[in-house]
Amino acid sequence: MFQVRIHGRGGQGVVTGAEMLSVAAFFEGRHAQAFPSFGSERTGAPVVAFCRIADKEIRLREPILEPDCLIVQDPTLFKVIDVFGGLRGDGYLLINTNKTFSELHIREIAERLPKGHAVIVPATEFALKHIGRPVPNAALLGAFAALTQFVRLDSVERAIEEAFPGKIGAANIAAAREAREFVLMQQHAESAA
Amino acid sequence: MTPPVATLAPGEAGQKLKYYQKGTFTVGNRLVAEEERTVQASQARSNALTCGHRACQGCGEALGARYAIDAAMRATNNNLIAVNATGCLEVFTTPYPETSWQLPWLHSLFGNAAAVATGVAAAMRVKKRPAVRVIAQGGDGGTTDIGFQCLSGMFERNDDVLYICYDNEGYMNTGVQRSSATPPTARTATTPSLGPEPGNVFGTGKSVPKIAVAHNIPYVATATVADLHDLERKVTKAMSIRGARYIQINVPCPLGWGSASHDTIRIAQLAVECGLYPIFEAEHGKVTQARKIRRQVPVRDYLKLQRRFAHLFKGGHEDPRIARLQAICDANIAEYGLVDMTAKDA
Amino acid sequence: MLKQIEGSHAMAEAIAMCRPEVICAYPITPQTHIVEGLGELVKGGSLVNCEYINVESEFAALSVAIGASAAGARAYTATASQGLLFMAEAVYNASGLGLPIVMTLGNRAIGAPINIWNDHSDAMSMRDAGWLQLSAETNQEAVDLHIQAFKLAEELSMPVMVCVDGFILTHAMERIDIPGQEQVDAYLPPYDPVQVLDPSEPASIGAMVGPEAFTEVRFLAHYKQTLALKLIPEFSDEFRKTFGRESGGLLRTYRAEDADMVVVAMGSVCGTIKDTIDEMREDGIRIGLVIIVSFRPFPVDALRNALAGANDVVVVEKSIAVGMGGQLANNVDVALRNLPRPPRLHSSVAGLGGRAITRVSLHHLFRQASVQPWEGTNFLDLNERVVGREIHRTRKTRRSGPTAENILRQMAESGRPAAE
Repeated sequence: MFQVRIHGRGGQGVVTGAEMLSVAAFFEGRHAQAFPSFGSERTGAPVVAFCRIADKEIRLREPILEPDCLIVQDPTLFKVIDVFGGLRGDGYLLINTNKTFSELHIREIAERLPKGHAVIVPATEFALKHIGRPVPNAALLGAFAALTQFVRLDSVERAIEEAFPGKIGAANIAAAREAREFVLMQQHAESAA
Repeated sequence: MTPPVATLAPGEAGQKLKYYQKGTFTVGNRLVAEEERTVQASQARSNALTCGHRACQGCGEALGARYAIDAAMRATNNNLIAVNATGCLEVFTTPYPETSWQLPWLHSLFGNAAAVATGVAAAMRVKKRPAVRVIAQGGDGGTTDIGFQCLSGMFERNDDVLYICYDNEGYMNTGVQRSSATPPTARTATTPSLGPEPGNVFGTGKSVPKIAVAHNIPYVATATVADLHDLERKVTKAMSIRGARYIQINVPCPLGWGSASHDTIRIAQLAVECGLYPIFEAEHGKVTQARKIRRQVPVRDYLKLQRRFAHLFKGGHEDPRIARLQAICDANIAEYGLVDMTAKDA
Repeated sequence: MLKQIEGSHAMAEAIAMCRPEVICAYPITPQTHIVEGLGELVKGGSLVNCEYINVESEFAALSVAIGASAAGARAYTATASQGLLFMAEAVYNASGLGLPIVMTLGNRAIGAPINIWNDHSDAMSMRDAGWLQLSAETNQEAVDLHIQAFKLAEELSMPVMVCVDGFILTHAMERIDIPGQEQVDAYLPPYDPVQVLDPSEPASIGAMVGPEAFTEVRFLAHYKQTLALKLIPEFSDEFRKTFGRESGGLLRTYRAEDADMVVVAMGSVCGTIKDTIDEMREDGIRIGLVIIVSFRPFPVDALRNALAGANDVVVVEKSIAVGMGGQLANNVDVALRNLPRPPRLHSSVAGLGGRAITRVSLHHLFRQASVQPWEGTNFLDLNERVVGREIHRTRKTRRSGPTAENILRQMAESGRPAAE
């Protein structure tokens, strides 16, 4: 079972992101469970969403305490909640930012993970560029696909299309593709170094 | 209109009889043209509320319900379902194991007759039986107090329900406690005639008919057992309309009001004639018609027949609050134009 | 057809396929997505011959359902928590009148303190009202139970509550097999009422019944629920034949046949417990689980048979009868009473107000039950320090302030959540 935990703020599409990821896994014939941690609906409040993916029925209902992959849509959350709690030693880290890990003061956390497992992605920028709105979730899914190789990009794109039909879907897919390219380049550069 | 008077010709059976036909034509109905007779006068009436019920002698509610429901049965060709809130009417018509209802009848709860009726109406729509109509009925307690929320909801949705409120101005079935329909100064078990302000200290005037009008529903009317023709006419008219409708009937309660059981209609008439209970109709938020007062009487004439107001006349003096009640009458008269100014001046 | 779909929407689709005729809805977290989903299906034209009524309160919602059902229409509504309490009078009214209404309960804690998260206190508050109460373990079962519920309700002339854990199931998106309309039609015939308001055959329904007959009426309701004990497995069996999967029934067991310790629980927590059991089994511990689906009627005999061979029974439940203890534990005790060698019963209360129940905590709990069993009710993950401080504060001053706020302040000051 692969467990993903997504942190963000209300209004950034955190829950939709987790759901789209579960749909992508579904298209690949797998079992997936996506659910938010709940609170009163409020833009800007910290939101956590979870997605479990497995090849057999998922029975577990507890929140994801030891994620295999941590996606952070909003780095301002570092000061507010313990975003990194439980991240597995061999896990993945994906942060929506245009800063470096050092600039974010989390270089140690990134370096604890295996090489190539921790990446940053300016997903909001890609979203603004392609969609015109600062909703980074689709872009981050494209990045996730590249980072973990756990779902295929075409499954992610199909899931995005189902959530956002028409032009908006196409725009989100474009953002996802650019994010994916960005991650692949980063990984390539890191392995070359 | 001068009430017609008929007498036997002198020499016939040696007896002179005088029939005074008052506004209700309750006496001597057979002298009225057939089309103008009440539903109750007909042997073909459905008797939807048939005899054998356990109402008190002189119960205004039993009288009003009998007229109202039979009128509705005729208007709908007997395609009627009634939903009844808890209260006097429900209790005295269904003493286990008997029922005096001869139409499909559902006792809801105290506060939800309007909502349950909405459900019945929805079922008739979905079953494609538009001919079957629905009446919800309850006392003032179940309508103006605990049933208020469901009533307003039904109005707002314009559900196809006629809600009839039998207003006897108190929770009578449970022992005469005050409701928001109890008039100021009236004695009830929870507003006893004690202390510096005996009787009901409330009564700023929660008028559910006015609130119903404010919902802009297709039809609102007040009625009285002192004018049963008018009551039947209003129910018949209401059944010709689709959507939310409300009729509130003033029904004296001899037990709760402390009046003689033979005075029920007389007291109801005085309530109208002093202006305390305006009789009017409204459609879609506008008053369309108000019944003129034929001969205005002072409110004290109405109060004096009821022991629930006896403390206002104790020791020979009159409580100054009678003036407050008179002021309410005067305000109603002014608002609804109940007295012809020319007639008044004459 | 397999879909990746939110639990609420899946339930809405299943309910729609049951051809409800009157749906009345008043919103309350966490059931909103179900009634919104149904509203869309009606307005969008895919659910036809259905009146969807927006009511002004939960009391009105169930009242409308009562009127509709009494007039012969298949009626449905949904609520949770505070809403269930607000309609409490109508809840008893519906079962007293024998009306086959189906209602979804998105299980949520009851305030005060106000809480929107999942626990079973709402279902427990109405357990004596005469409704059937069925609890879904998964969203698939939530879908399936609604279909079975309509059939059970109409066969028995008794309303049915389908309990679905709020948020945990209602708001989770997962893989669900949505049945086809023809399958549902094959399983669920049109509503044929036992009593109905009909001008061609007038009847008075809802009369007062005095001391001379009330007992008999109540006896018959109780008797009907004993019939349900047979009908529920029967309809579950029929469901399996029509839809091809196990769902519903009175209870299920998981690895309980040879177990020394058997856990008893209801609802979604059973999934987490199954994972915990698998882990413990790998360590050689013989532990199993009984999943109760039908809480009312309570399956005393079936439960007794399932627990007869155990040494220890641990009940994990998401509610507590304040002043008495866990209601499920209490009911389980009835099943154990007449066994020749009754297992030791350990009662634990967990997940109140939506607190997460984790495998780690369950591991500790099950080990503790055999190694260091407790008396009375065990509150899983109770923060004893916080509680101790508050007790001390209330002993020191009369005007000690509101308890809930004091605890929240303690937590804010310590910077940690209450669950440790």
